[in-house]
Amino acid sequence: MIKVIVGIVGIIFIIGIVWWFFGKHQVAESTAVIEGQKQRIKINVDGGYSPEKVVLKQNVPAELIFTRKDASSCLDHVVFPDLGINQALPKDQPVTVKIDTKEAGDYNWACGMNMFHGQLKIEPEA
Amino acid sequence: MRIETRFWSALVLTLPLLAEMILTPLGIMLPGGVWTMAAITTVIMLIAARPFWHSAWASFKKHHANMDTLVAVGTATAYLYSLWAMMQAQPVYFESAAVVITFVLLGQVLEVRMREQANTGVEKLMQLQANTAEVWRDGRYQEIAIDQLQVGDQLRVKPGEKIPLDGIVLEGNSSVNEAMLTGESLPVQKQKDDQVFGATLNQNGTLVLRVNKVGSETMLQQIIEVVRKAQASQAPIQKLTDQISDVFVPAVLIVSILTFLVWYLFLDATVGQAINYAVAVVVIACPCALGLATPTALMVGTARGAKLGILIKNGTVLEQANQIKVVAFDKTGTLTEGTPKVTQTSTIPQVDTQQILNWAASVEQVSEHPLAQAVVATVNADELQPVHNFKAIAGQGAQGEINGHLVAVGNLTLMGDATLAPQLQTAAATYMQQAQSVVYVAWDQQVQGILAIQDQPKASAKPAIQQLKQANYQTAMITGDNQNVAQAIGQQLGVDEIQAEVLPNQKADHLQQLQSNGPVAFVGDGLNDAPALATADLGIAMGTGTDIAIDTGDIVLMKNNLTDVPKALKLSQKTFMKIKENLFWAFVYNIIGLPLAAGLFVKWGVTLSPGFAGLAMALSSVSVLANSLLLKFDKIS
Repeated sequence: MIKVIVGIVGIIFIIGIVWWFFGKHQVAESTAVIEGQKQRIKINVDGGYSPEKVVLKQNVPAELIFTRKDASSCLDHVVFPDLGINQALPKDQPVTVKIDTKEAGDYNWACGMNMFHGQLKIEPEA
Repeated sequence: MRIETRFWSALVLTLPLLAEMILTPLGIMLPGGVWTMAAITTVIMLIAARPFWHSAWASFKKHHANMDTLVAVGTATAYLYSLWAMMQAQPVYFESAAVVITFVLLGQVLEVRMREQANTGVEKLMQLQANTAEVWRDGRYQEIAIDQLQVGDQLRVKPGEKIPLDGIVLEGNSSVNEAMLTGESLPVQKQKDDQVFGATLNQNGTLVLRVNKVGSETMLQQIIEVVRKAQASQAPIQKLTDQISDVFVPAVLIVSILTFLVWYLFLDATVGQAINYAVAVVVIACPCALGLATPTALMVGTARGAKLGILIKNGTVLEQANQIKVVAFDKTGTLTEGTPKVTQTSTIPQVDTQQILNWAASVEQVSEHPLAQAVVATVNADELQPVHNFKAIAGQGAQGEINGHLVAVGNLTLMGDATLAPQLQTAAATYMQQAQSVVYVAWDQQVQGILAIQDQPKASAKPAIQQLKQANYQTAMITGDNQNVAQAIGQQLGVDEIQAEVLPNQKADHLQQLQSNGPVAFVGDGLNDAPALATADLGIAMGTGTDIAIDTGDIVLMKNNLTDVPKALKLSQKTFMKIKENLFWAFVYNIIGLPLAAGLFVKWGVTLSPGFAGLAMALSSVSVLANSLLLKFDKIS
C-alpha cells in the first residue's frame, strides 16, 4: 500500500515539475522610466532577473542598474553577447550598465554561465 | 560570507564525518554517534549551504532552475531524510550531504580563481595605458593626468617613457617599441611626421608630439574594445548548450525522481538506498561545465591573439576560420610592398650606375608618376642636380637639361633615334620577362643605361604562402595588375591560382568563383579592400603600419607581416578546437556520470556515492577551465 502511495506522490511531483518549469508563465516586464535625458531601470538579480524583460526607447541613452542579491557564482557576471558587454556584478552593489540604444531590436542577456536569461527590447521611435 | 570561508568551514566540519565513514569498519565511532553527525551536518547546512538554498528558492519562484537548485535539492533531500531516519533508528546519510557541499564549494573556489585568470586579457591591455603625460601649458612642460589631455596638445616623451596617447611626431628621432600593440618585436624608427601610438615605449630619443587621438579613439582603446566584444560574444556552436541548459535542470530532477521510484518500487531498495541514488543523480548532473566551455576558451584565445597582434572579432569568426579551404590575397600593398622600387640597373661601360641614377632622379624629381618616385627614392635629396627646361611628356616620360646635356628618362618611344647598345637591349628583354617595368635614360643621342622597376613582394610573403600550403590551404591572388606582372609575382611566391586584370568592383565576383572550391578567406588592406573583405567567408585585414582599419575584417592583423595570416588561422582553429573539446568533456561527464549515479551498473559492482558525484562534478568544471587555460601555452606558429 505504502509503495502505491509513494509511486503516486512521485508521479505528482514529476507532473508538478513539468508544469512549473515548462508551462507558460507570465514574465515580469518593465518599461524604463525616462528621467531628464536618460532612461533608467533597476534590475534585481536574485535567482534570475527581475524584471526579466526590459523595454527601452530608441535613441535615448539608457542605463540598466543591476543589483545582485544572490550569492550564486552563476550570477556574478551579466553578459550581453550582441552588445559586447561582460560586466562583473559584485554582491549587493548596484552596477550601472550603459546601453547603446541606436539600433532598435531584441537583445538577450545572460548570466556568466548562460543559465539565466533576460531580454532587452529597444522599441523604434514612433 | 565569502565562498572561500564557506568552503573552509565546510571542509573542517566534514573531515570528522569522513573519518567516521572510514573508521567505522574498525569499530571506531564519533563520540555521540549519529547525534554528533546530525549536529555537524546541521551547522554545515546553515553556514555553507544556505546560499544554495536561497538561490534555488529565488529562482524556483521565477519558474527557473539552475545548478544551485540541484545542489540544494540533492543535499536537502539527503539531510532531511537522514534526520527522519535517525528518529526511526535507521541508517543515515549525513556525510553525503556534507561531502557534496564541500566538493561543490571546492569546485566553485577553483572556478572563480581560474575564471579570473582566463579573464585577465582586457585588464592587462588596460594597464598598458600611461597615467600621466608631460604637456606644454602656460609656456612650460607640466605633468598632468592623461584624461585631461585634448587633441592638439603638445607632449614631450623622454627616453624610456611610455607614449601617453596617439599623436604625430613634431620633433625628435627615436626608436619605439610597439610590441604591446602589434606583437612586432623589433622597435620601429620614428621621426618628424610619423604616427606614434599611446602605450608604446619610447626607447632612445626624446620625442615631441601633437596629440591626434584621445579617449576611445586611440589605437589601444580600439583594441581593448575589440577584445572585450570578442570575449563577450558567443560561438554559434554554443546555441546547442543554450537549448539544453534551459530544460536540463528540470529534466534532471525528473530523472532523479524516476531513479528513486524504480529503486524503491521495483528493485526493493530501502528508502535510504533509493534516496542515495536519486541524490547522486541530482548532484552529478550539474551543468556548469557546459556553461563554462565556450566563454573561457574564447577569453583565453582572443587574449592570446591580442598579445600576438592578431585581433579576432568574435566567436562566429572562429567557426568560420575553421572551415576555410582557400586563402586569397590582394596583390599590391598586401603581398607586395605597394611602392615600386628600382631593383636592377644596367649601363653602357663608359657611364657608372650612380650617374645614371643621379641624373634620372634629377629629371624626375618634380614628376608624380609612381615609377618616377621609385627613381627619385634611389638618391639623397641633396645630391640632385638643377634641371633646366624640364618637360613632362604624357605617356612617355620626362626630359630636361643637366649641365648642358638634354637628358630623357622614360619608355622606348621617348628615346626616339637615340642609339641603344645591344647589351642594353638584352638586359631590357630580360627585365621585361621578369615582369619588371623598364625605364630608359638617354643623353647625347645615346641610351646610357636602363633601370628595372618593380613592386617587390614583402619578405614575409613567400614564407606565409609556403606555410599555408603546408597546412593544406589552396592559395590565390586577385589583382588589378596586368597578367604578366601578376604571373611573375605569383610564380615567384608559389601562389596556386592567379587572377589578374580584375577591376576593384569585380573582386567580389572573383571571390565568389573561388568559393566553389570551399570557404574563402580574403587578405587585404582594410582601406581599399573593404568590399572584398566583406564578401569573403572570412575577411583578414592587414595593418598598413600607420593606419589600421580595425572596423573592417573579421580578423585584424596589427603588424605588416604576412606570416601572421597562417598564425591567425591556426589560433582560430586551436581556440575553436578547445571549445569543441570542452563541450565534449562536459557532455561526457554527464553521459557517463548519470547512469553510474542512477545505479545502472550496480550489477557489476560499480556505483557512485553522492559524495563522489559531488567531486566528479567539481572536477568537470575545473577540467574544462584548465583545458581552456592551456591555450595560453599552445604552440601557434
